[in-house]
Amino acid sequence: MNKNNKFTFYRRKTTNVVMLSLSFISAVVTIIPLIMIFYYTISKGMSYLNLNFFTKLPTPVGTPGGGMVNAIFGTLILIGIGGGIGIPVGIMAGTYLSEFGKNKFGSTVRFLTDVLSGIPSIVVGVVAYTLVVIPMKHFSALAGGVALAILMIPTITRTTEEMIKLVPHSYREAGLALGIPKWKTSILIVLKTAWKGIATGVLLGLARAAGETAPLLFTALGNRFWSTNVFQPIASLTVYIYEYSAAPYKDWNDQAWTAALVLILLISLLSLIFRIITRSKYKS
Amino acid sequence: MDDVTDKESLEKIQNYFRKSREKKTSSFLKRILGNNNLGDIIFERLTLLFAVLVFLLVIFMAWEMYSNSLLSMKKFGWGFLTGTTWDPYSQVFNALPMIFGTMVSSFLAMLIAIPLGLSVAVFLSELAPPWLEKPLSFLTELLAGIPSVIYGLWGIFVLVPWLREVVEPFLQNQFPNSPFFQGAPYGYGMLAAGVILSIMVLPIISSISRDVLKSVPNNQREAAYALGATKWEVTKIVLGNSRSGLLGAIILGFGRAVGETMAVTMVIGNRPEISASILNPAYTIASTLANEFNEATSNLYLNSLIELALILFVITIIINIFAHLLVWGVERRWK
Repeated sequence: MNKNNKFTFYRRKTTNVVMLSLSFISAVVTIIPLIMIFYYTISKGMSYLNLNFFTKLPTPVGTPGGGMVNAIFGTLILIGIGGGIGIPVGIMAGTYLSEFGKNKFGSTVRFLTDVLSGIPSIVVGVVAYTLVVIPMKHFSALAGGVALAILMIPTITRTTEEMIKLVPHSYREAGLALGIPKWKTSILIVLKTAWKGIATGVLLGLARAAGETAPLLFTALGNRFWSTNVFQPIASLTVYIYEYSAAPYKDWNDQAWTAALVLILLISLLSLIFRIITRSKYKS
Repeated sequence: MDDVTDKESLEKIQNYFRKSREKKTSSFLKRILGNNNLGDIIFERLTLLFAVLVFLLVIFMAWEMYSNSLLSMKKFGWGFLTGTTWDPYSQVFNALPMIFGTMVSSFLAMLIAIPLGLSVAVFLSELAPPWLEKPLSFLTELLAGIPSVIYGLWGIFVLVPWLREVVEPFLQNQFPNSPFFQGAPYGYGMLAAGVILSIMVLPIISSISRDVLKSVPNNQREAAYALGATKWEVTKIVLGNSRSGLLGAIILGFGRAVGETMAVTMVIGNRPEISASILNPAYTIASTLANEFNEATSNLYLNSLIELALILFVITIIINIFAHLLVWGVERRWK
């Protein structure tokens, strides 16, 4: 090895080490905000996390106590309405794509679901406003639910399709060989085999919907009182976080952190169910 | 391979029986249906109906926004896109400050997120041992699952004070004459929006890029190692081979940044002005909608806001189509 070659060799070695360390450092840097957000949410959110928060209505500024029971139920009602509309549409469309979608129309729909999942949630909120709020002439839980349904549909459609594709073709053939019509094979054998995977897609969609704020601002609006009427405005945890964080009162700001903590717990609960379901089967 | 031939032969057999059956019976119903089981037809049509529903949904959304913004389209025409005034008091609505704010905040975010996101992807796909890769991927995906409004909350109480007291004075001291760092350091402003957006799009860029890098066949790496390349040199080859897919990942991240609403609304300061300084408050399309939709007192105001939503819709659709074409291209290439 002459001198020049040796130099090149060490230069290459050094570049290698430097670049690889940089990539390691950036992986660490990426995790920092995550740790910070969790740290602040837990440490600041604990102050109001007590039984009152889950059982009482919000109190006016300065009045101690109070909770967000209406917002917790509101969020559940909203994702309930969203799921009620979005789950059947998503599963049926996903079934179509996997069972009959090997044509031009199928790939167009597949493409449009991808496009739909990239549309900002606030735009979906605007559409729900023109679609539900303008004809009804007032804000309502229903309008918020419609917005959340539109946001869920692409996730559920694509997961359903992917999960059905994982079912081995021989299962289908076995059904057909027994003389069972195709539709019964699809429902009783294929969908039944894939339901766990589909359930994960549904839970993923619900968890994401639970964290949405923007499409609710001018559809479900918010409500300081207890309400379960779907044709009236309804409170939600996310809208409370938004309003309470911008308020100039310290106790409201603290409650915003608690609401954030409760929201994260709710979403974690959904993904925990999701993990338990997935662990038992689809491991690949 | 077996599956394919099985499927083909199955279809051939089915077609043969179908044809022979059709010859025997001339039943009108059976001939249109092309299949002798009514349940099959109902099942197919029913699922088709929902697929059509999804298909129509996207078109319907565009139509709904178009038909609800006719008033402002008529009043302002193309000037809506080029005028710089947004004044509800005198009922003049032009979108340029918001389009500017949306684009600049997203570009700032990409400035931070692209190098970080790509290095994380390299680390996850090329370097990390499996025991480290799995939890790290899980953590970055967790970052993607945190609701936007919680990022905003964190932004207001942690990020903005830090920017106001540490980062912005530092930038002003270092570059006293730069037009980008003028004005009072509020904390709230374009810079805060860019930083928070970069944290939010990072997991998207890194997880898609990781998948793109992983789809590069191993024999490419082995060939380079066989020639005596170092790990970084191999990585460079892998990166070069998947550049269009990585570009797709970046554009998808950009698309997300453009439409992000809550976190940005909470930290950008919400002022419809065009300013070179990234320390000044600004406005984005999404944050205008979030702030002003409930306050729209006149029909013209409401129509202008819906037209803003339509602009955002069109921008994100173009970005998404472009990105998907790129990502698909790569996946097809290695298949």
